[in-house]
Amino acid sequence: MRILGISGSVRRESFNTRLLDAAAEVLPDDVELVRWNGLKAVPPFDEDDEAGPAPAAVAELRELLANADAVLFATPEYNGSVPGQLKNALDWASRPHATNPLRNLPVAVMGASPGGFGTVWAQADLRRILSRIGARVLDAELAVGNAASSFDEDGPLADDAVREQLEEIVAALSDSARAREAVAA
Amino acid sequence: MNTLTAAQEVLETGTWKLDAVHSRIGFAVDYLAGTFHGGFAPFDATLDVDENGAATLAGNARVDSIQVADENLGAHLLSPEFFDAEQAPEITFVSSPFEPAGTDVVVDGTLTIKGASLPVQLAGTIGGPVVDPYGRQRINLQLAAGIDRSSFGIDWNTPLPSGEPALAQDVTLTAELALIKE
Repeated sequence: MRILGISGSVRRESFNTRLLDAAAEVLPDDVELVRWNGLKAVPPFDEDDEAGPAPAAVAELRELLANADAVLFATPEYNGSVPGQLKNALDWASRPHATNPLRNLPVAVMGASPGGFGTVWAQADLRRILSRIGARVLDAELAVGNAASSFDEDGPLADDAVREQLEEIVAALSDSARAREAVAA
Repeated sequence: MNTLTAAQEVLETGTWKLDAVHSRIGFAVDYLAGTFHGGFAPFDATLDVDENGAATLAGNARVDSIQVADENLGAHLLSPEFFDAEQAPEITFVSSPFEPAGTDVVVDGTLTIKGASLPVQLAGTIGGPVVDPYGRQRINLQLAAGIDRSSFGIDWNTPLPSGEPALAQDVTLTAELALIKE
């Protein structure tokens, strides 16, 4: 089983990218996490550009989504919501709506921030956006606030509470993907 | 035998099968300033009448047979946010035994949508029986029920600028069933 990891941050030392890397350390045995790093290369969505071949980064994202059993998002929060670059990539991926590769795909959302709230508003917005796209959005939240202290030299897994919540969210995501497989079988 | 008095008599024992061409099921829900209508086609329904005249109505439709005017809207309605067609592919109704009497009919039963099975009362009229040009007995059931969609786990909404929800919770279900005696 393959979980696709998507960080909403393109910053090199991103807390959210590192949170995904931490999730990869606590996966159930039969699960792998593949992280997508192409976010910065996705051009602004333009309906005119849909007439031609998809931009390479968009094609890559769509293929990764099509081959994933679930997606785990880690999003920063900019001005109280989802970063523009993440929303832009999802807008590309959601087209055409009726056949987009996120439809019915189990997805979970988490986030980390230097402030105390751990991107809860961005996560809520991202869940709403993913629902609208047609994904199977897990009713789960993992908000890592005060990330500078959680992400010290030992990494986020040194924080027992964060580690436990990461284990729970990847287990729940894997269970949702398995339930979906069972329906398809 | 004329059609006005016929329905007051006990329906003939046996199975009455759906004439799909002359039948439809639908839903209506207030949306914005108007009412949104949709339906499912094809679907199936059967009326079984026992030797005492007690009838049982059963029906089912595949959720992905939803009929709306726009493909993308249809896809939204099939998503987990609405009917979740992948996990709950079928809508079913099974009635308790009821006795058709006169032209009015009340049918209690269990409706299953999105995996939730809840009691629903359908009410309406029964027309016939009449004998069609091919010698078959026909009746027509026109039924309606009101349900609260959120009780079936369908609670999507979006707020209007006023703060009011765009989509109503109360949904009217309708069925017009042309049934032919086997």
